[in-house]
Amino acid sequence: MTCLPDMTQKKLGLAIDLDTCVGCHACVTACKGWNDQGYGAPLSDQDAYGAEPSGTFLNRVHSYQVQPAQGAAQTINFPRSCLHCEDAPCVTVCPTGASYKRVEDGIVLVNESDCIGCGLCAWACPYGAREMDADEGVMKKCTLCVDRIYNENLPEEDREPACVRTCPTGARHFGDFNDPDSKVSQLAAARGGFDLMPEMGTKPTNKYLPPRPKDQRLEASLLAPLLDIEAKGFAGWLDRVLGKI
Amino acid sequence: MHPAPSVIIFSVLSGLGFGFMCFMALGFLPLTGLWAFWAWAIGYALAVGGLIASTTHLGNPQRALKAFSQWRSSWLSREGWAAVLALFALAPIALGDWLGFAVPYAWRGLAAALAVITVVCTAMIYTQIKAVPRWHHWLTPVMFLAFALAGGALLAMQATLSFFLLLVLAVVMLVLFFVGDRQFARAGSTMGTATGLGARGDVSVFEQPHTGGNYLLREMIFVVGRKHAMKLRVIAVLCAAVLPALMAAVGGVGLMLVAVLVHLVGAFAARWLFFAEAEHVVGLYYGKR
Repeated sequence: MTCLPDMTQKKLGLAIDLDTCVGCHACVTACKGWNDQGYGAPLSDQDAYGAEPSGTFLNRVHSYQVQPAQGAAQTINFPRSCLHCEDAPCVTVCPTGASYKRVEDGIVLVNESDCIGCGLCAWACPYGAREMDADEGVMKKCTLCVDRIYNENLPEEDREPACVRTCPTGARHFGDFNDPDSKVSQLAAARGGFDLMPEMGTKPTNKYLPPRPKDQRLEASLLAPLLDIEAKGFAGWLDRVLGKI
Repeated sequence: MHPAPSVIIFSVLSGLGFGFMCFMALGFLPLTGLWAFWAWAIGYALAVGGLIASTTHLGNPQRALKAFSQWRSSWLSREGWAAVLALFALAPIALGDWLGFAVPYAWRGLAAALAVITVVCTAMIYTQIKAVPRWHHWLTPVMFLAFALAGGALLAMQATLSFFLLLVLAVVMLVLFFVGDRQFARAGSTMGTATGLGARGDVSVFEQPHTGGNYLLREMIFVVGRKHAMKLRVIAVLCAAVLPALMAAVGGVGLMLVAVLVHLVGAFAARWLFFAEAEHVVGLYYGKR
């Protein structure tokens, strides 16, 4: 049923640290790699080695420039994937019941054998978390690696989403937001984890941790101290003379 | 949003078909025998043809029947039910007009109501989507309904009624252009809220997440052809409402039929704009709208 559950036992999701993310796209490739096999239709590529390559990805890393009113601009890398919303608009619009939110852990999934590929769920998602697979004609989205996190064939340290497992800077954290003592809940509370587009009323599970304030004032350019060189000696004399002509 | 031909054809034709059959059911065009057969055939062809067109944009149309299952939550599912129920409810009336037997007025009223409900459900598929602020307004179903009823009255040769309905349509279209242009700002989504970084300063794209295209850019972030939007708006209002209204004022079956064709041209232009001008908030992540 595409009606949303009143509540879920767990609220599994990610805490994504915008302070430590270096924008390496390792999570993007790990996600693509894992979801090429196993769960559901493999994420396909079109014209992969041609002039206009395009493909299905469940995770994308944006890079933004943030220019404060005063001081230097900052670059912030920003991974974007499904937020496993509590009030997921993608689920309720689904006409076939393919989209659903699990009562046990709150993961939003697509039952691909029921998906007709109408694309309405992708329209309903404000975050662009869903992409239609051009080869299979079914909707693909982040499964929170549901085929890893409960998979007892994997060593215990691998039982987390591929993006979290692979992140070289530890910018991605996986856990239960329903448990106030979990690592992700603690992180979100300590660091002021925030929701994306709260005005859309989706109540996302995933939280983003803001960049920490810098302990040093950011210069507009690291070369700034080198740009203002006083010429001395002959060069200084030449500079003064040429300046007067 | 990408203006997919299948969805434009679907919503324009099936809207007109259901609007027309609504007036037919209520006995506005009292035809008998073969004339009745052909009139109803046109109505069914428009409605069913539109519905079939809508299935061509599906990734897996062979599973389309599953779309009837989620009527509790999904407007798309409700639209499917309403359309099927309306087509079944209208059938005895069509047969009655053709073969000459009476159908109770209550049944005619019910069938007409189902036809109207179908159009409202179609509109709600778009209206419900909060992520497309231009659509997320109560005037959207009013606009779909105005198109269906004005076009339907025109096709049912109702000169006076269609004249007034077409004027209503013109007003609704103009108001919706005005309101729609302000909807995105009203929704309050910016690159700042999308990234949650707005309080820190001005957010702009430093680098895109991918150099190639993807589904999101093709489907949701459609910007082609917006430069002609103003001209198309004028064409849409003139052809869909103003010119047919003038023709309806003059009257005559021949001119009314021409008016229907002119109205259809305007309706297609308007529906193309409905999609092409609709901006999805996901565009904010790409610094595009």
